[in-house]
Amino acid sequence: MSQDLANHLSALLDGAEITDLARLSGGASRETWRFQADGVDRIVQRQRAGDDRDMMIEASVLAAAHDAGVLVPALLCADAGTDGTASMVVGAVDGETIARKIQRDDDFADARPRLAAQFGTALAAIHRIDVHAVPGLEQTDQIARYTEVMDELGQPYPMLELVRRWLLEHQPAPSEPCVVHGDFRLGNLIIGPDGLNAVIDWELAHIGDPMEDLGWLCVKAWRFGQAPPVAGLGEYDELFAAYEAAGGRAVDPDVVRWWEVLGTWKWAVMCILQANVHLSGAARSHELAAIGRRVCENEHDLFLALEGRW
Amino acid sequence: MSVHGSPTSAELIESVREWIERDVMSSTEGRLRFHSRVAINVLAMVERELAMGEQHDVDHAARLATLDMADDAEFAAAIRNGQLDDRLDEVRAILRVDVDAKLAVANPKYLA
Repeated sequence: MSQDLANHLSALLDGAEITDLARLSGGASRETWRFQADGVDRIVQRQRAGDDRDMMIEASVLAAAHDAGVLVPALLCADAGTDGTASMVVGAVDGETIARKIQRDDDFADARPRLAAQFGTALAAIHRIDVHAVPGLEQTDQIARYTEVMDELGQPYPMLELVRRWLLEHQPAPSEPCVVHGDFRLGNLIIGPDGLNAVIDWELAHIGDPMEDLGWLCVKAWRFGQAPPVAGLGEYDELFAAYEAAGGRAVDPDVVRWWEVLGTWKWAVMCILQANVHLSGAARSHELAAIGRRVCENEHDLFLALEGRW
Repeated sequence: MSVHGSPTSAELIESVREWIERDVMSSTEGRLRFHSRVAINVLAMVERELAMGEQHDVDHAARLATLDMADDAEFAAAIRNGQLDDRLDEVRAILRVDVDAKLAVANPKYLA
């Protein structure tokens, strides 16, 4: 497998010598490898046939994000593949993605106080991406989309139904749509000793309300057990002030809170979905199975977030 | 009393959990160690469910009965279609207790 992949990568990269090929992560339909091409660190993401997400669109979002001044890895090559397996090669970016280390290790002590503001600045740049530069990016109604997922899974979750009703009844007024990253949180942000080095994992990018990204970043699950609301690192005001200062639209904290509730609800549905990857046999894993029992953590978080807001 | 006698299923699961904690964790690292930790958590969850699950089910059914709901499927559908809109305070109170019961099995530390 890895020799075949090395040959494929060499062909994609003008005959470069491929060495040190090592898999970083792998899921049901997508895997990530690190390697060197002629001695330079590179990353390749591979997506097997049958995945409903189009890696070529993701590559064009990455290119458009770069043009808009977002810190992203350099896109080197995107290839749809002849057998349905798509590949995207990017430059490797130094830094850490593991939340626990970013939140606690001494290496990031200087970066930590800056991150909430840097995230605001980065999000303002993302939301400036020209929507017309990325054809094929869909505008998705998040409530409708994840209601559909729930209904397909077919398991009853009364608390998630109650919150779905709240979301529908308190929906903010529609805003001018923009490109939304869709999964902007620790884990998908490469952090160095000075702060944010790159925004990665654009596979959930879509057209939507910019406040979706701000709310998702503040979802309790993405605080990874720490108290501060913004990624467990900073305060709402730091994020909002930097976002507005960098040219982002005026932030209404109540709207961000609505998106935070939506994000918590959506993450609950995604937990059910992940357990189902195991249950359906797509990828057998006790880790995925266990995630199904994390839904009640989100249900608890939803009670906290909606305290006084019902 | 189960026809299967001793050790009980709870004791068997406990024995496997203890073995992973004692022997497997100390001799693994990286991804395998992480997945061993996940396995310990899963087994501990099952142990808690074996201890409390039956009572949780009885209590849950009694709460649903106060709203004339037979099960979660009916409850979920009634919330979605608005059938319980005039009793939402009761609905929230029931769900709060349900979520606490689920956390007591899935992750009791989450409430701390």
